[in-house]
Amino acid sequence: MSEAVAPASAVGKPRRTLTRAVIRFAGDSGDGMQVTGEQFTTEAAWAGNDIATLPNFPAEIRAPAGTLFGVSSFQLQFGSQRVYTPGDQLDALVAMNPAAFKVHLGDLKPGGILIVNTAAFEDRNLAKAGYQSNPLDDPGLAEKYRVHQVDITGLTRKALEDLPLKAQEKERCKNFFALGLVSWIYTRPLDPTLDAIKKRFAKNPHFVDANTRVLKAGHAFGETAEMFSEHYGIEPAEMAPGVYRSMTGNRALAWGVLAAAQRTQLPVVFGAYPITPASDILHELALHKRFRIRTFQAEDEIAAMGSIIGAAFGGAIGVTASSGPGIALKGEAIGLAVMAELPVVIIDVQRGGPSTGLPTKTEQADLMQAMYGRNSEAPAVVLAPASPGDCFFIAYEAIRIAVKYMVPVIVLSDGYLANGSEPWLIPDPTALPDIPVTFRTEPEEFFPYLRDAATLARPWVRPGTPGLEHRIGGIEKEDVTGNISYDPDNHDHMVRMRAEKVRRVGQEIPPTTINGPHGGEVLVVGWGGTYGAITAATEEAQMEGKAVASIHLRHLNPLPPDLGQILRQYRRVLVPEINSGQLVRMLRAEYLVDAVGFNRVRGMPLQTQEIYEAVGQLLEAKP
Amino acid sequence: MSTVTGPSKPAQSGPQYTKKDFESDQDVRWCPGCGDYAILSAVQKTMPDLGIPKENIVFISGIGCSSRFPYYMNTYGFHTIHGRAPAIATGLKLARPDLKVFVVTGDGDGLSIGGNHLLHVLRRNVDVTILLFNNRIYGLTKGQYSPTSEQGKVTKSTPMGSAERPVSPCSFALAVGASFVARTVDRNIAHMEEMLRRAARHKGTAFIEILQNCNVYNDLAWNVLYDRESKVQHELRLEHGKPLVFGPAADRRGLVLDGVKPRVVRVKDVPESALWVHDEHDRATGLVLGQLWAPEYPIPLGVMADDETVPVYEDTLLAQEQKVIANRGPGDIAALLRSGETWTIR
Ligand SMILES: Cc1ncc(C[n+]2csc(CCOP(=O)(O)OP(=O)(O)O)c2C)c(N)n1
Ligand code: SF4
Ligand SMILES: [Mg+2]
Repeated sequence: MSEAVAPASAVGKPRRTLTRAVIRFAGDSGDGMQVTGEQFTTEAAWAGNDIATLPNFPAEIRAPAGTLFGVSSFQLQFGSQRVYTPGDQLDALVAMNPAAFKVHLGDLKPGGILIVNTAAFEDRNLAKAGYQSNPLDDPGLAEKYRVHQVDITGLTRKALEDLPLKAQEKERCKNFFALGLVSWIYTRPLDPTLDAIKKRFAKNPHFVDANTRVLKAGHAFGETAEMFSEHYGIEPAEMAPGVYRSMTGNRALAWGVLAAAQRTQLPVVFGAYPITPASDILHELALHKRFRIRTFQAEDEIAAMGSIIGAAFGGAIGVTASSGPGIALKGEAIGLAVMAELPVVIIDVQRGGPSTGLPTKTEQADLMQAMYGRNSEAPAVVLAPASPGDCFFIAYEAIRIAVKYMVPVIVLSDGYLANGSEPWLIPDPTALPDIPVTFRTEPEEFFPYLRDAATLARPWVRPGTPGLEHRIGGIEKEDVTGNISYDPDNHDHMVRMRAEKVRRVGQEIPPTTINGPHGGEVLVVGWGGTYGAITAATEEAQMEGKAVASIHLRHLNPLPPDLGQILRQYRRVLVPEINSGQLVRMLRAEYLVDAVGFNRVRGMPLQTQEIYEAVGQLLEAKP
Repeated sequence: MSTVTGPSKPAQSGPQYTKKDFESDQDVRWCPGCGDYAILSAVQKTMPDLGIPKENIVFISGIGCSSRFPYYMNTYGFHTIHGRAPAIATGLKLARPDLKVFVVTGDGDGLSIGGNHLLHVLRRNVDVTILLFNNRIYGLTKGQYSPTSEQGKVTKSTPMGSAERPVSPCSFALAVGASFVARTVDRNIAHMEEMLRRAARHKGTAFIEILQNCNVYNDLAWNVLYDRESKVQHELRLEHGKPLVFGPAADRRGLVLDGVKPRVVRVKDVPESALWVHDEHDRATGLVLGQLWAPEYPIPLGVMADDETVPVYEDTLLAQEQKVIANRGPGDIAALLRSGETWTIR
């Protein structure tokens, strides 16, 4: 644990205070941009800033060096005020090669800081990026941006001259030069990175030495080189007091499952088949056998789903995680869980589709699949986390609801939440709501589909309980007795019963939080990973005195009971989504409101600015 | 709370049941004359011999005529979806290694839509007993050819004869590493019961192919083993430690192994020491047995392989769990949340 220390002030150069900054490290897949970004994030977190991050990497494992599609980047926004998103336009861009320069320059603000590694701008790399001539020779560049041409490779090599490392090993340290330099520009403390270097290379003192030296060399370069005339400070943000950690969505989902495992004292069977961007949940859970979590890498997603249904039948908690293509495969088995009324949780970390689509990019286009993507009417509860840290609470809540109502619960995360991180106030696990579990043991008057009056849940019975031997299955059954039934009226009753069970989960949903006036011109309604961008855009409009509010749905099926009434308090309803309009359809169908969508399906998070503009257009539109 | 031990081994002092205790109150809905009746009766009859409390027994099935089975057993049961029973059983065993789990499947359920899951449950050696009812046809969907139907088979979906070569369920099971493989036939009650008992007692995945008659869509598909004459000619009863001999007394034949190639010989033409002696514990020669079929070869019935040395999947996995809990204690979410890099805001 560490205190949030004020960054050591550098000597000499003037320091200007900013409230926030958006920076992006971009380079080749092999340039270590993800590590650089994560490390800078830690430095900013130590300095007490609020942060949001956006890692962005190619689907190819080892994309050919220097190519446009091999570019990997890490963006973050950090600030002394609340930070909702990784930011739209960049205040600073580090481009480690011509391909990164070409792909990302367009996102840099006019007047923004541009740091380029000149050594990489040689003929071969220029050709691979499709440049006829060196773009750095363009005199217009310096007019538009504050360009810093730095021979990062050469300076790295020089700093390591006397070390007994191979040339290639030395060159691999160059990302830390960039990190050192940017840390100087934004006066973030080097200490956490120095610690991380020591830990990471504990087995190889030469690497510790090399990376430390290069990091410091980058820092010193900023301090001494004439091209940098000033640097920036960003005060600590006002954040709720407490102990914080950095949290990604995937890890938070996994830990939420562990929290529920500990609370219920039940074993959890986690069955999954690897798929980007969900695999890390499997990897994380496999590390925590101490929680009696039994991870099962199944032969496919159907088997994964089957395994958790079997586990739930046995009286354990069943959880699976996948992405859109895998959820499609699970569909038939999810229907079985609906029919058998067993508590299972299905996590969908959405990615760009259809088919293989954009495996490493984010999207919100599986909402309809979660709602309706099964044969016949097979309703499931659907939840969606709003931020990386919220994934923890959503996973826990999903298990709580599944067990209480004996229903499958689908959690819709997405690629942005999965890999993005935020400073997260560590919760007190004892303050989480209880998850009472009762297994039926009395044989008297037992029937498999007897129902609890409040929740309509059927009894959960562990095989091994004497006197309660019974058979269930996917065939329609008579309510209460559970006997096979082809009776038309019984089927109609059971279809309604399964829907009503899900509807009853509405009892669990707290009143919707309205961000802004409780009535007015425009209400922005969002769900999932767009929370940050929507909130930031709404607050921007509010600061200009506009009667704009936003709400964010964490419960998508059932929808919050107070939602219909809230929607009617505004002249217009705007629903921004990374799909072609799915929640907006649900809202129009359910509440007969003339909601309009704002839709961009680019594999990228929505931007604050574009939502702000869409709000503006609605405000201007004639009533 | 579940404990990490295998299902109860037959105990001397186990519960005293009769067949009746395993009959459920549901009306059996198979066609009159279907071979499934004999199998059901044999299973109900062998259950008391296992000495396992019936509340600890679970039958899991897929979809098909055969998969209706669990409804008729007075145990815990789960009639699931087409082909996926092995996956569901695997999850159940991970949650509840203490239960005795049976999987009931068909030739279509287990080898067509569920072929992948069958492969993996066998390869992993999950402790379940799998009964595959092989009637060489899709019964429930009214008579299409199945993965075990013979080439040229005329069915509703193959009016000019099937173009596909059949798979041998036992060869498949042996080839993917099954630790127990046996074959039996619905018209031989005593043999069926013996095989069921042995399979149920095996620790690890036990796979039995039960040749079953579908008198409606594929009557007498196994006539080679029903017809008295032909049965005498072709049935080979496997017995551990005994030479592989078959055929009528007047024309007794045997198998010898020529390298890995089996050859049929007249018993009187070779010294007894030349005959292939059946070794259940040798899965490699079991694999050769799985491939034999009439008319070139006899049809083996009985235990082709029984290898108790193969580690059981859930035992290995749960031993890992117990080891880390023993060494480091149970998980503590509060500690986990504060592990790694943290910082304090005042
Ligand atoms: C996903 C799916 N596809 C198809 C079916 C239709 N179906 C039901 S049983 C069956 C074949 C069953 O054949 P087999 O496993 O040999 O069982 P049998 O009826 O012969 O015992 C088929 C194709 C289904 N129930 N589910
Ligand atoms: S169709 Fe065939 S397998 Fe199915 S119940 Fe009838 S006889 Fe038996
Ligand atoms: Mg069949």
